[in-house]
Amino acid sequence: MMDKPFAITLDPGSSLANRTGSWRTFRPVYVDRLPPCNAACPAGENIQGWLFHAESGEYEAAWRTLVEHNPLPAIMGRVCYHPCEGACNRQHLDAAVGINAVERFLGDEAIRRGWRFSSDAPPSGKRVLVIGSGPAGLSCAYHLRRLGHAVTIDEAAAQAGGMMRYGIPKYRLPRDILDAEIARLIDFGIELRLNRKVSDVLAAKAEGFDAVFLGVGAHIAKRAYIPAGDANKVLDAVSVLHGMEEAGPPLLGRRVVVYGGGNTALDVARTARRLGAEEAIIVYRRTREKMPAHDFEVEEALQEGITFKWLSTIKEAGEEDILIEKMALDEKGFPQPTGEFERIPADSVVLALGQEADLSLLQNVPGLSIEQGLVKVDATMMTGHAGIFAGGDMVGNERTVTVAVGHGKKAARAIDAWLKGESYVPAAKHELATFERLNTWYYSDAPKTVRPVLDIIRRQSTFDEVLGGLDEGNALFEARRCLSCGNCFECDNCYGVCPDNAVIKLGPGQRFRFNYDYCKGCGICAAECPCGAIKMVPEEI
Amino acid sequence: MSYQPIKFYQTGTFTVGNRLLPPEQRSVQAQQKRYNSLNSGHRACQGCGEALGARYAIDAAMEATNGRLICANATGCLEVFSTPYPETSWQVPWIHSLFGNTAAVATGIAAALKVKMQKGERRHIRVVAQGGDGGTTDIGFGCLSGMFERNDDVLFICYDNGGYMNTGIQRSSATPPAARTATTPAVGETPGNVFGQGKFVPAIALAHDIPYVATATVADLRDLEAKVRRAMELSGARYLHILVPCPLGWGFASHETIKMARLAKETGLFPVFEAEHGEITAVLPIRHPLPVEEYLKPQKRFAHLFAPRLRTDVLTRLQALADRNIQRYGLLEKP
Repeated sequence: MMDKPFAITLDPGSSLANRTGSWRTFRPVYVDRLPPCNAACPAGENIQGWLFHAESGEYEAAWRTLVEHNPLPAIMGRVCYHPCEGACNRQHLDAAVGINAVERFLGDEAIRRGWRFSSDAPPSGKRVLVIGSGPAGLSCAYHLRRLGHAVTIDEAAAQAGGMMRYGIPKYRLPRDILDAEIARLIDFGIELRLNRKVSDVLAAKAEGFDAVFLGVGAHIAKRAYIPAGDANKVLDAVSVLHGMEEAGPPLLGRRVVVYGGGNTALDVARTARRLGAEEAIIVYRRTREKMPAHDFEVEEALQEGITFKWLSTIKEAGEEDILIEKMALDEKGFPQPTGEFERIPADSVVLALGQEADLSLLQNVPGLSIEQGLVKVDATMMTGHAGIFAGGDMVGNERTVTVAVGHGKKAARAIDAWLKGESYVPAAKHELATFERLNTWYYSDAPKTVRPVLDIIRRQSTFDEVLGGLDEGNALFEARRCLSCGNCFECDNCYGVCPDNAVIKLGPGQRFRFNYDYCKGCGICAAECPCGAIKMVPEEI
Repeated sequence: MSYQPIKFYQTGTFTVGNRLLPPEQRSVQAQQKRYNSLNSGHRACQGCGEALGARYAIDAAMEATNGRLICANATGCLEVFSTPYPETSWQVPWIHSLFGNTAAVATGIAAALKVKMQKGERRHIRVVAQGGDGGTTDIGFGCLSGMFERNDDVLFICYDNGGYMNTGIQRSSATPPAARTATTPAVGETPGNVFGQGKFVPAIALAHDIPYVATATVADLRDLEAKVRRAMELSGARYLHILVPCPLGWGFASHETIKMARLAKETGLFPVFEAEHGEITAVLPIRHPLPVEEYLKPQKRFAHLFAPRLRTDVLTRLQALADRNIQRYGLLEKP
């Protein structure tokens, strides 16, 4: 019985009955890839993750994401050599994102607004001793505290901070910033005991601690034998920089020669210039290209009037001058003496030839081994003696604040696992989000924001901070230059470009889901995803 | 100028959505509950540009008219893949027409609605006619020109994929020169479609001095949506010509549809502009200028220009067409 119009035999239906997903030979899947900035960060920060919040102007959320990995953003935003920016995919478009500048902005914002750490981990009842309050020790203590452990830091010096205070000059790291970030850690419930030099680690551990983290740094200056007259002053970089904090500025004279080619040599020369030295000369046995110091610091030093004697070694230090010998690089790139000598006037010589760790507290620790002045640790930062962990300058030759913070975090996680009787296995890393995986058409053209630099006269006479910070307006701009490599930032492209409406938008912060009933597997979503967060995988047919 | 690109980092208005934009500046396609006028389950090929363009345009028209819209649809790919009896993918009042008379059918609907309003209908219901390039530039051209000259209150949307695709890729008057189709094979001294034939209907529509004429591509969604919105603000005859790449007919991988539309625009081969009452009011400028080879090389319909020998002579003529567009429409000028 038909009650339908003429020539109509079927009820109208919807094409939803036609499951076009069966056509598919490849299926799109959402993935998170590892952004190159995160991959390059020695502290293991989730940079793309905190920039995501900063992009929306949610600075507190950004800061909280940041401090999940690094408790010292205002410090790091000043002293980190930002390998993240060197890896940033945006450098292939215009210039790398100013990650370091945004980190500093967030760190300063946190200090200004008084944001505090929080942890909802229940108390574990375990006590951990951290020896040394440098970046490694502070980072380890912080992460242990986050995990619910009671932490005590023993610091040999009169003030906390380690090399951040006694090694990095004020013009790079103002002390109020350092103090504020340390105070926040104390406020978080970490016990800090100053003027307590630990001379026997096992004895210290026996005072009721379940585990120990060693982060004593490397504070002993390496010396080179230079014949010197009595009147001439030969000093070392560590004590010069240390003296700036405690005993008062050392007397260096009008003409200061610094011997060495690392960042510390530059720090000393620039400090001498600020103390009133008319001439600060860096003597280095190789060339500028071979110098271990970072190029931007060499550049800043040159701007401040520091002079350099490349390819030179100091043979002797006289009463009012020094004798240097010219060097020449051989075919292997090593400096060789030429027999040519030159005298240059000098009131003092500062040796900046590297540092070693004071490992006397580790004598008689069974199982713990030391090789070439470094404490040997395994992949979880544990020394050969169970329950004693170590990190920072005393375990490696890549000696930066950032590396130390990373060591501290890793050790804290391993200590936590060890205290629970487990072994620490780091989470598997995602596939790298390379530049080739991006569709850069979609990003706005946006050149990098230039940070203000202190004028040159004040840089030669005061310890004011050289590099300025961003304000809220340009920090937001800079954060929004992030390409969000490998991680969905909810641009709705996949949702929009699907010819089959096979992408379901789940709402703000919830990302998207594929509707495989209708997805034909054309791959437009993957091709047009700006950040490479969609992968096409073959269907099993 | 109706479309103001927003330079709002990190992607501004280049992407479909942008969580950093205020909601009123987001696209229709970014809405969590959008119209989806052309629903899932349609039988268009993988990566179909026309299915995408139709949803973009009709969703935008639905948004602009608050859902008070009737569509007349010419025969062609769009109709075949969206309405195999008894199923339909359309979530909008929709009427089938013949291949050639869509514009006339739409005119009739507009007239009927006018009468209904005189008899007391309060809702202002608008009419869209749509079809492919075959139904627009060839078979339906007489009806279309009539609709234009009478200034009937219809927006006519042409989805241009440069040929008769569902019948086996035959040439239309919108097929570009040198392109291989089933009826213009890549043989002889001048392989592919003949130079000097065909027509660019947006320019003809412009010559009718109708209230609104615009071109768009599926690669610039925000521009496309703004044009539909502007068209629905105006009354009388309006024409929107959307370039919708066809993976099957053009011979490229199904994931490259949007890329092809983008390359057509960036090389200057497809000028994107808008005009009111016969005067061009705005163009979408080229962002990163490219030679035409970038657009031609990935497409199998132009493969004979690159192998067995490089047809520099033909490429030069195609580049000249792009250069003329750039010159004529001012595509390299900064807005």
